Amino acid sequence: MRPQSHAFKANARAALGDANLQQAMNNLKTGFVARRAAVVALLPEWENLRDAAIAIKKHTLTHLDFYLEAFERQVVAQGGHVHWCRDAAEANATVLKICRALGAKTVTKGKSMIGEEMAVNDYLAANGVTPVETDLGEYILQIRNEPPSHIIAPAIHLVKEQVAESFRQTHTELDPARPLDDARQMCDEARGILRKSFLAADVGITGANFLIAETGSSIIVTNEGNGDLTQSLPRAHIVLASLEKVVPTLEDASTILRLLARSATGQEFSAYTTISTGPRRAADIDGPGEYHVVLLDNGRSALLGSEFEDMLRCIRCAACLNHCPVYAAIGGHSYGWVYPGPMGAVLTPSLIGISEAGNLPNASTFCGRCEEVCPMKIPLPRMMRHWREREYERHLSPARARWGLAVWAFLVTHPALYRPLAEIAARALGFFGGSRGRFRTLPFAGGWTDGRDMPAPQGRSFHALWAERQRGRA
Amino acid sequence: MAEPKRVALFVTCLVDLFRPSIGFAAVKLLEQAGCAVSVPTAQTCCGQPAYNSGDKRHTKTVARQVIAAFSGFDYVVVPSGSCAGMIKIHYPALFADEPELAERARELAARTYELVAFLVDVMGMTRVAATHAGSVTYHDSCSGLRELGVKSQPRQLLASVTGLTLNEMPDCEVCCGFGGTFAVKYPEISEQIAGEKTAAISASGAAMVLAGDLGCLLNIAGKLKRQGKPVQARHVAEILADMTDQPAIGEGSG
Amino acid sequence: MSDGRSQTLAAIRRSLKRGEIAGAAAAPLEARLKDHRRNLIPARATSLDHLGQVALFVKMAEGVQASVARVSTAADVPGEIAQYLAALNLPAKAVLAPDPSLDDIPWQDRPLLDLHKGRAEDGDGAGITACFAGIAETGTLMLLSGPESPTRNNFLPDTHIVILRDKQILAAYEDGWDALRAKNTGMPRTVNFITGPSRTADIEQRIELGAHGPRRLHIVLIDDGK
Repeated sequence: MRPQSHAFKANARAALGDANLQQAMNNLKTGFVARRAAVVALLPEWENLRDAAIAIKKHTLTHLDFYLEAFERQVVAQGGHVHWCRDAAEANATVLKICRALGAKTVTKGKSMIGEEMAVNDYLAANGVTPVETDLGEYILQIRNEPPSHIIAPAIHLVKEQVAESFRQTHTELDPARPLDDARQMCDEARGILRKSFLAADVGITGANFLIAETGSSIIVTNEGNGDLTQSLPRAHIVLASLEKVVPTLEDASTILRLLARSATGQEFSAYTTISTGPRRAADIDGPGEYHVVLLDNGRSALLGSEFEDMLRCIRCAACLNHCPVYAAIGGHSYGWVYPGPMGAVLTPSLIGISEAGNLPNASTFCGRCEEVCPMKIPLPRMMRHWREREYERHLSPARARWGLAVWAFLVTHPALYRPLAEIAARALGFFGGSRGRFRTLPFAGGWTDGRDMPAPQGRSFHALWAERQRGRA
Repeated sequence: MAEPKRVALFVTCLVDLFRPSIGFAAVKLLEQAGCAVSVPTAQTCCGQPAYNSGDKRHTKTVARQVIAAFSGFDYVVVPSGSCAGMIKIHYPALFADEPELAERARELAARTYELVAFLVDVMGMTRVAATHAGSVTYHDSCSGLRELGVKSQPRQLLASVTGLTLNEMPDCEVCCGFGGTFAVKYPEISEQIAGEKTAAISASGAAMVLAGDLGCLLNIAGKLKRQGKPVQARHVAEILADMTDQPAIGEGSG
Repeated sequence: MSDGRSQTLAAIRRSLKRGEIAGAAAAPLEARLKDHRRNLIPARATSLDHLGQVALFVKMAEGVQASVARVSTAADVPGEIAQYLAALNLPAKAVLAPDPSLDDIPWQDRPLLDLHKGRAEDGDGAGITACFAGIAETGTLMLLSGPESPTRNNFLPDTHIVILRDKQILAAYEDGWDALRAKNTGMPRTVNFITGPSRTADIEQRIELGAHGPRRLHIVLIDDGK
């Protein structure tokens, strides 16, 4: 998708006024947040598992080249193929080539954020191959022509009435008088519609939560069964995975899997955790005849060894999104590209540039809840601050802000000057605040007083009063 | 009788400008705990505005000043979790590439505390001699909570205030939306988040909201007043020190 | 594309400021892959004896809306399945996976249970499969693909009935991996870890069972002498 991150402020403003979105985002508290807390409380080893998982990832990233080569060797040994792609363009071309070689007309897709990065759907459609999203949330978005707004619950921004409306507009072969009042009815309708697509697809494309070097396997973690029907029914299975998905062994994957579903949806384990290794075996009576892993760099290798390296530990659980007050207020579309929320604020500038995505790491209170719930303890606020530092160094922050900071810095490092100014400001603002003790409007206060009053100072500065007290005692 | 601990009060720029009574409440509590309190005059700000704007150069300039001004005291106590966190957690990291300053920053960090955490964890205070007949709810400011582990200490001391009832609000640990520069750079989002906080405060049924950070309190009080809600806002030190003669935040004498 | 391959590897090494890992440097990494040591495993299941693990498996599976029926011998299985389908008013018809481990079940005792062996097709309302193991930790079934256990049999039918024996229940996922390695047949095309029936929360975060996979997961647990 074409990045809209530069339009963050306008998009956020629209989101704040969107009643459907606000209603939908309200579900986060009782949904993912509450469920995660409950399931984590049931596992005494939680903190130790986090540390074990971090150690696995750090070790792997330090030796990433080794483990990717080991992975490739195993994939090839099982009869599969690994395609190393530097960027989205190469990855798209690779996927199309595989599809064309098979004469593929339709492709079913499990949810893949790498696929979103690649904009693979648009590319395939433009080249005569029809992609069908099969994850219910992604399917809803496909028929609405909207991008996902959450990395695991893509349609989280919608209320059910919007879904029903889209189903009625799209599934025109069904009885218009049919009831579509609740999620049950809509699920059943999607099940029936998509079952046909599953059976007809020539190629199935999934993402990968993990790649396993030991066995040359890919893992998908799902709940609906769509990923499994996608990866087992068609003639070929294509896996889209970025470099940092690899872990050394099945045991390492098992450790991190214990964190993933719990962090993401508050489940002990997802309904379907599926490990795919190579194409069907000679004696198998089902399964794809080809297995392809499209291994995408797209900026990951550049993050290694940088101050953003820790971002490569991300397992895409979305706990940070679910717990972020900013994300809850404005929803995922405001971020303007594939990855929203705190992890998006760190990752997006590294993938599409800080000029385009500068608002994302700036629109944070640094409350730290993201880092607190991150299974991999990624220091997200720190990395957002690094982006702000880079912006500042490159003079990308607005001139007024730089000037303001320079003036402020001068004042606060000259206490003899600051003191009297602070006392004057306290007296003046205290005076103008009047008997109400607050301001309804205050120029130069940004937009603070658009939605809030500004409490007035008490009328004297502490240092002036303290000095008086000390003189009084002397 | 042991020598009284020599405590330097880091007042914070917001307390200095907006609400000195918090500073005086802090002094009273520290003296009650048996400390000798000084207020170094060369202090202005901890440097967060520059730090969170990505301006490391000016942050370091301010930090050097703070490190110099606060040397020679047993402890540095701050009536703000975010400012205390800046000194305690971020100053050492700031000077990672200047070993001598990093050492001085570490040394300062080791003696720097948020006010209520200091009273309870270092001075061993278990109760205060204060009265407040009413219900309060407590907002856990983010930096204090997540950087410094301030959670149980204010509740412990509040429990000892005669007549006070503590009604926990839902989502007491969720950000209020202030975030320093965030509130002026993204005011609409900030204000929406503040609205979630005031809704939680109302849900608690408490007549007053307390917190350990004036930034949060200015934001919360500003929103409460705009919404016409009757809930008052004060810094927790004001209640613990039994110093509520001044109007609550955002209220006047009229 | 060797271009993409060599450039990506070179980019990784550039970022990590070193050359290729080879020879002696690679040995500990090779060993790590070969040894596949376990990391920390929660005590939830491992601290129990096998009887406790079986009970935990049942509890966890039921906790995710799988239904579990315990029978004493293989002979009870056809009757249990017939009863299960009847109670839900479902047709007494199923596709049976061509798995030899299901051969000791006297299906012929229930002639009205209409079974055909083979790969599931769309339209099969119910499918009966065996499985490789049960994982007590989370009430998870471990199924391996193979000529006798086509993967689609786990996903196409509306109702998935799994025959599991007590002795197949293991404590943790790692025990499953070790059991698979012990077979010495390599990795199958697909390993499915199945925990409850299919579900989604994609509409307003309301959990609905039966998205694209089975609406129902029924586990028939045979207490086969252990």
